[in-house]
Amino acid sequence: MKVQAMVTAFNTIVIREIRRFTRIWPQTLLPPAVTMTLYFIIFGNLIGSRIGEMGGFDYMAFIVPGLIMMAVITSSYANVVSSFFSMKFQRSIEELLVSPVPNWIILAGYVCGGMARGLGIGLIVTLLSLAFTRLEIHNLPMVVLTVFLTSALFALGGFINAMLATKFDDISIVPTFVLTPLTYLGGVFYSISLLPDFWQGVSMINPILYMVNAFRFGILGVSDVNPFVALGMILVFIALLTAISLRMLKRGKGIRH
Amino acid sequence: MTNALEIEGLTKTYGDGFHALKGIDMNVRQGDFFALLGPNGAGKSTTLGIVCSLVNKTGGKVRVFGYDIDTHLSDAKLNLGVVPQEFNFNQFEKVFDIVTTQAGYYGIPLKQAKVSAEKYLRKLGLWDKKDTPARMLSGGMKRRLMIARALVHEPKLLILDEPTAGVDIELRRSMWTFLEEMNRQGTTIILTTHYLEEAEALCRNIAIIDHGRILKHTSKRELLQQLHVETFVLDTETTLESAPELEGFPCRLSDEGALEVEVEKGQGLNRVFVQLEQQGIKVVSMRTKANRLEELFIRMVEENAREASGGAA
Repeated sequence: MKVQAMVTAFNTIVIREIRRFTRIWPQTLLPPAVTMTLYFIIFGNLIGSRIGEMGGFDYMAFIVPGLIMMAVITSSYANVVSSFFSMKFQRSIEELLVSPVPNWIILAGYVCGGMARGLGIGLIVTLLSLAFTRLEIHNLPMVVLTVFLTSALFALGGFINAMLATKFDDISIVPTFVLTPLTYLGGVFYSISLLPDFWQGVSMINPILYMVNAFRFGILGVSDVNPFVALGMILVFIALLTAISLRMLKRGKGIRH
Repeated sequence: MTNALEIEGLTKTYGDGFHALKGIDMNVRQGDFFALLGPNGAGKSTTLGIVCSLVNKTGGKVRVFGYDIDTHLSDAKLNLGVVPQEFNFNQFEKVFDIVTTQAGYYGIPLKQAKVSAEKYLRKLGLWDKKDTPARMLSGGMKRRLMIARALVHEPKLLILDEPTAGVDIELRRSMWTFLEEMNRQGTTIILTTHYLEEAEALCRNIAIIDHGRILKHTSKRELLQQLHVETFVLDTETTLESAPELEGFPCRLSDEGALEVEVEKGQGLNRVFVQLEQQGIKVVSMRTKANRLEELFIRMVEENAREASGGAA
């Protein structure tokens, strides 16, 4: 396949993904906006006003980066896992398999589709947060880099989940029992410096902690971990999950007999 | 001239140990209208699935217009259009989007894809449904949508797996006309079908597959020449109580009361009519029974089954 044709195929996949999640916006764009607004009102305003400062900032300002990141992570993951699994379920994945699109373009297309939704939700949540607090960006490149890479990483995670899933239950297990607990325990609502030493140590093996803190560093300039270590970790995970995804595609895991 | 499709020693063993293909060889010439026939589970869909890369082969070689699918898969796929047996499009997408998206997968820019999609949706009578979600279409329309989708990148080889399954007679005939036109314009067509009448009407060359082996791979004409006996159905003026004795022609009464007479190749029909005249039986109309290919197909598959069970014993 020629380069121009590959670009067209890539654009086709991304546009189809964007068309999909915008067509069903009450299921894809609205819920995180409503949920995050409730977080801002309840945790930020009502409870946050009694908590006082955290990490040198008022509680609302402290949780905003974590909540944006939480929305980006769950949306990027959810978009790819549900879209790709639906294609498998309806067998419309065969449209792609019979075409000359290389596997890496298929993967890139889906990941970018997931990122489009994740980053779109991130933008919506950021705009909503402005109604509750002022955001002063401490380090814009760090903000952009962290949110893009994290979104890509979880879109890849969603892709692998979809490849392995054989029924609809399988696509909700990871988000419910892995992603949500790791996100809540990943320093979205608190600084791990509040925890006893043992639990601080345990928290350090949670990869989402690094992403949330790198993003928080970009916005507020404070972090529980070294943000550059966090970026390095995200890159390593992206490389690993990309390799796994491409291998699964090559072998046709769950999509070819 | 390079063949449109070349298959050599193709084998497929599924994960559960089932040997779906046991080393098949098959060639389809450019411009051919080719039928791959066989009973359920014979290996037809597996064979075509491997050609379209929906199924991983275990062994053997497949070349599409000379492109080996092991080394030049992308080039091979560019020449292929596929109409699967089951509906495999996103039911929630609009007809036009399904077809243009497929064109995009083949690297066709959107502007050009829209022109091509319109051409084939019009040809297949779906243009007025272009903005309709696929789930709202009738069964026949969904089949035609899959044909339009398969043709949007103008492939040189079109593979159709049971294209007229569940389609009413009128629509089936119009699809035949469409496919014949595509073939006349140079598209090589391979189809599998359970309607042997369809294969007999459309195809020039035929392969019969059963239990993962090719039983016959020849032209339709040659295949039909192997049929030594043809059955004629005679409607008589008066209802017969029992089948008459016709010397040299086995005959019987059908459930509907018509007289079925078996005539071997080379025997004239005149002797049948002379004998019937002598017995005072007047024939008012005559036709051949079913289609000849079906008789031959059933005979071959039955013989294969007998040989297989004999071998096992």
